[in-house]
Amino acid sequence: MLCGLSKPTGGKASVAGFDIARQSEKVKQHIGYMSQKFSLYEDLKVKENIRLYAGIYGLSEKQIKEKGERLMHRLNIYDEQNTLVKQLPLGWKQKLAFSIAIIHTPDIVFLDEPTGGVDPLARRQFWELIYEATERGITAFVTTHYMDEAGYCDRISMMVDGKISALGTPKELKENFNANSIDEVFRTLARGAQRGE
Amino acid sequence: MILKYLIEKEFKQFLRNSFMPRIALMFPTVIILVFPWVATMDVSNINVSIVDRDVSTMSRRLSDKIAGSSYFNLTEYTDNYKQALDDVEKGKSDIIVEIPQHFERDINTIQHAAIQISSNGVNALKGSIGSGYLQNIAADFNADLGTKQGVTVSTPFSVNIQDRYNPTLNFKLFMIPALMTMIIIMLCGLLPALNIVSEKEIGTIEQINVTPVNKAAFILSKLIPYWLMGFIILTICFILAALVYGYTPKGSFLTIYAIAILFVLVMSGIGLIISNYAGTMQQSLFMMFFFMMIFMLMSGLFTDVRSMPDWAQDIAFFNPPRYFIDTMRSVFLKGGNMMDNSHNFIMLFAFAIMTNAWAMLSYRKQV
Repeated sequence: MLCGLSKPTGGKASVAGFDIARQSEKVKQHIGYMSQKFSLYEDLKVKENIRLYAGIYGLSEKQIKEKGERLMHRLNIYDEQNTLVKQLPLGWKQKLAFSIAIIHTPDIVFLDEPTGGVDPLARRQFWELIYEATERGITAFVTTHYMDEAGYCDRISMMVDGKISALGTPKELKENFNANSIDEVFRTLARGAQRGE
Repeated sequence: MILKYLIEKEFKQFLRNSFMPRIALMFPTVIILVFPWVATMDVSNINVSIVDRDVSTMSRRLSDKIAGSSYFNLTEYTDNYKQALDDVEKGKSDIIVEIPQHFERDINTIQHAAIQISSNGVNALKGSIGSGYLQNIAADFNADLGTKQGVTVSTPFSVNIQDRYNPTLNFKLFMIPALMTMIIIMLCGLLPALNIVSEKEIGTIEQINVTPVNKAAFILSKLIPYWLMGFIILTICFILAALVYGYTPKGSFLTIYAIAILFVLVMSGIGLIISNYAGTMQQSLFMMFFFMMIFMLMSGLFTDVRSMPDWAQDIAFFNPPRYFIDTMRSVFLKGGNMMDNSHNFIMLFAFAIMTNAWAMLSYRKQV
């Protein structure tokens, strides 16, 4: 809904300063999105995927070339630029997908369970990329099942039965719930859930 | 220009796919090389049994005339009707010609004799056309008799049939334009539909839907490549038809390409509409096949629309291939030009606008 994929039935929300109900196309110009299902074009080369999305977001040919090269250098896949995306290992794919999602330097990037099925090392590297992005002023909005990952964030919102039941910095949450870790906070909240498994 | 990048992507994907370019070439080749020989309603090789109860010079002469015709194979020459009927029942024979007793005597004395033609109606076409041919042979025989014996047979008028536009009534010339239409229906209608649905299934469409790509650009990026492909395929068909059958349109290629611009657009538009409503490949294929049947059987491809019942003609009015086939035949056989086919142009133009507008409106970036 926040990315403009589903239509809200009621209520009010704004993303990057635009109303999601009425200005969903405007929202789309200012966000990046990476789904949990890998969704770059597998039958296109690394370089071609970058070119396609950079082009879609209106970057000029010069920018596409510069940004693309910087991106491939950063991910250490410069030598793989002519490899079809489907031949890359999952960890690389995810990093590539993320980098492409922020190629136009959006205000905010939505990451939907980005590290599912990725090994711990690749997960670490992935979070480094997220931190780099936030340093450049891009807000990262992450959903995750891993509570240790949640601890990397500046602000956490926990939802139980579709309602936000806790919201704050990791430190605040731990203090409020008298817990040692985010995982404990989560367990406390989850116990109160009405909905079955 | 977002569109540029999207189209670039479509072409890369299409050409990289090892399957698609090949099938796109194979399809028209096979259809043009093989089907004109097969999809023919020319009736030949009709098996005929002759029951000759007269066994006279005259009855022999008639039998020889029938057996000598290129349309018929004489399977049985007998004096027993039951045996001939048996042949028909066993499928060995299609038509029985019975020459009665005293055939020769009656002709010589009262100058009137009858023969009986019974045809197997299971294959209605073969039966009716076969007995038609036989009647002609009999009439011919009659005329021969008159001249040979110096008897003036009273023929108040004679019918002399001249077929215009396709003088030899060559069925291939009739079918080839229709087969070309079929190729366009199949490739340009089906492929864009499958393309979008496969993006839905893989999930890549979701990524596109969160970008600022607008509906029109997305739909156009799917349409334009198949539009071009339609032209390439049509051109291949023309080249093959010219090389293999020496068949070139009497009218101008300009007219054909002009109407093809519209028709390919209509077909891809319909494919796109279907893809917008179908969630899976299976659904879209099934829907497309359903429409394909209507497109082919109700468009005059095989059978003339004007001989259909009124209600079917009403349905055919909304059947875009009908207008294209009509123009194709008109240009190929009669040398028709744009003015002659203005009605078809107008109809297809209307369909093109309607279907593509519908495709763009029904494509939802948001659910």
